[in-house]
Amino acid sequence: MRVKLRQPVEQIGVPRLIIAAFLVVLFVVAYVTNMSVSQLVSDSLIRVGMNGVLVLAMVPTISCGVGLNFGLPLGIICGLVGSLISMEMNLRGFAGFFAAIGCAVPLAVLVGYAYARLLESVRGQEMMVGTYAGFSVVALMCIFWLMAPFKNPALIWAIGGKGLRYTLTLSNHFGKVLNNFLVFRVFGVSISGGLLGFFLLLCLLVHLFFRSKLGIAMLAAGTNPLFARSAGIDVRRMKAAGVTISTVLGAIGIIVYAQSYGFLQLYLAPLMMAFPAVASILIGGARLQRATISNVIVGTVLFQTLLTIALPVTSRVIQGDISEVARLIISNGMILYALTRATGGK
Amino acid sequence: MAEVSRARTTVAAGRSVFPGVRRQLAANSVPVLFLALSLTMVVIAGLDVTFLLNEVVTRLARNSLLVLSLLIPVTAGMGLNFGIVIGAMAGQAAIIAVTYWGVPGIGGFLLACLLSTPLAILAGWFAGHVLNMAKGREMITSMILGFFANGIYQLVFLFLVGSVIPIRSPSLLLPSGVGLRNTVDLIATAQSLDMIVWPFVGGVRIPVVTLAVGVLMCLAITFILKTKLGQDMRAVGQDMHIAEIMGIKVNRTRIIAMILSTVIAAWGQLVFLQNIGTLNTYNSHEQVGMFSIAALLVGGATTQRATIWHAIVGIILFHTLFVVSPLAGQKLLGVPQVGEYFRVFVAYGIIGVALALHAWRGRAAQRAAQAALAD
Repeated sequence: MRVKLRQPVEQIGVPRLIIAAFLVVLFVVAYVTNMSVSQLVSDSLIRVGMNGVLVLAMVPTISCGVGLNFGLPLGIICGLVGSLISMEMNLRGFAGFFAAIGCAVPLAVLVGYAYARLLESVRGQEMMVGTYAGFSVVALMCIFWLMAPFKNPALIWAIGGKGLRYTLTLSNHFGKVLNNFLVFRVFGVSISGGLLGFFLLLCLLVHLFFRSKLGIAMLAAGTNPLFARSAGIDVRRMKAAGVTISTVLGAIGIIVYAQSYGFLQLYLAPLMMAFPAVASILIGGARLQRATISNVIVGTVLFQTLLTIALPVTSRVIQGDISEVARLIISNGMILYALTRATGGK
Repeated sequence: MAEVSRARTTVAAGRSVFPGVRRQLAANSVPVLFLALSLTMVVIAGLDVTFLLNEVVTRLARNSLLVLSLLIPVTAGMGLNFGIVIGAMAGQAAIIAVTYWGVPGIGGFLLACLLSTPLAILAGWFAGHVLNMAKGREMITSMILGFFANGIYQLVFLFLVGSVIPIRSPSLLLPSGVGLRNTVDLIATAQSLDMIVWPFVGGVRIPVVTLAVGVLMCLAITFILKTKLGQDMRAVGQDMHIAEIMGIKVNRTRIIAMILSTVIAAWGQLVFLQNIGTLNTYNSHEQVGMFSIAALLVGGATTQRATIWHAIVGIILFHTLFVVSPLAGQKLLGVPQVGEYFRVFVAYGIIGVALALHAWRGRAAQRAAQAALAD
């Protein structure tokens, strides 16, 4: 009996079972205390679409053998710059959204390539160097935001006429364009077809990419570099491609995030954004060497749902906002769990 | 950029005349660069020297233990211990308790040190075990461990205090009666260590006892590294496999290194807080790891070698930069925030560069070993 139970448990993974069980408990509490469960589900789905692309950005780096991309803020910065250019031009709606992506992607390709070169030269310490590369660039960009030559009065400080504001509202630009696109209701749950559709479309593209010749070569380079080299694959190029794609996804991810949130957050806001994304994909069952699209979707759904419903539900029982603390403990606990599992190491 | 070229010209000038000086400069390029940078900024900001000296002496006294706490794990080959924030949290937990009991003066400070020690030992023991499970990834693991511990810390002091832990003090708690206030005034223990002997020498106020504690800790660390345990740590730091074959209990030695580091960090945070006088309950510890590590690296330490002199020189240079950069930013560009962000950038950037150098050297050594094997 025990053996029979163990196999499926191992297949799904203990952390996922615990979080899923916790979610069920939260939903039961919500139902019992007469909360609107459909509202909670709707909010959770929005959060999933909002954060999903950032989590998806982890897949290429893990697959090409670089590991978790703690340097995600580099991509995020590119996305922010793209958004700012689109806003400076006063573009609205979908035009603004796609202009932001259009400006951000070429920038992200350049930055991603440079970042890949850096990571290549520090092989073995990619995660730590990536973390601090991200931190340094975020701090450096703070100086850029202060000095940047933007002229649109909606973007810069009202007094002094110089320097971008900390938070920019997107309501006159491309705020909520995906969120409000193709919204429909199922059993009282409102679903944003635009937001979730965009996320799933990118998932599908990444999935198809890993079925292509380049993608399979990248997977081979990630799982067994020596074998890949003997098969004539340029491992370095594969890693560079993986890191670049991840940076591009990070740039698109923050634009999706910002349009859904309704605000563009500059300065130190991107500093810690890599960590929830890393935690999400690990919660989804990814390992340091292997990640799939299903890890992304499962991880994002579990983690974001938990974060979304933890606050309203627990506030009925406990005073104060425990969701922030729960986020810290769960996300970092999950990263620790992945780092300490006997994989590789010396 | 001017500083870079200036450092280069000094190096170039030394080349022809003093070969020994040149080698010294090359070996200490990081501190020399930062010295040049700091001096340039001091000149730009037009800072009063007495004010600057006051600031630097105070900061040297209050940060010394925190930076020194990093030395032992580096020696044991575990890299920069980002987990000293856990020690800082242990120190804060102790000082919160002492403040609640209202034990005043130096007695309260010593009681806090005593209380924080078992907490820090326990935390260090746990951290050591976790890092033993992540060999080769110690730094990122210790950093995440710090974030994780921060979550636990917030859970305890934001939700359990007042509800489960029976503290009933309106001055400490939030109005709701659960959770600590964001700032706790450490009236009872503020400056208790500095105040013992705190004379003005030529306009500069020198906290003699606090500095003496730092010197004592330097001596203690030197002593520890000379004992059998210290030699074991060095051996483990050089090569874990060889140390294991030599009969050294590698895992145990690494755990002891983490415990020592965490305990020193806890005391270091207490020294820091008594000087500041107020506790930002949920922020005071967060930056401790980053700033201490950046200071040590500015002093010329690497992830594999760090000495007491690196620590002392590093604190002086890093904090000079810390004091003057907002003022220099104000003077130079008319925007003080530029200087503030610049120092954040320096802190992150120096750590990033040090880590990259560490990885480069590691790979060069690996390649050399492979070439030797091929011969």
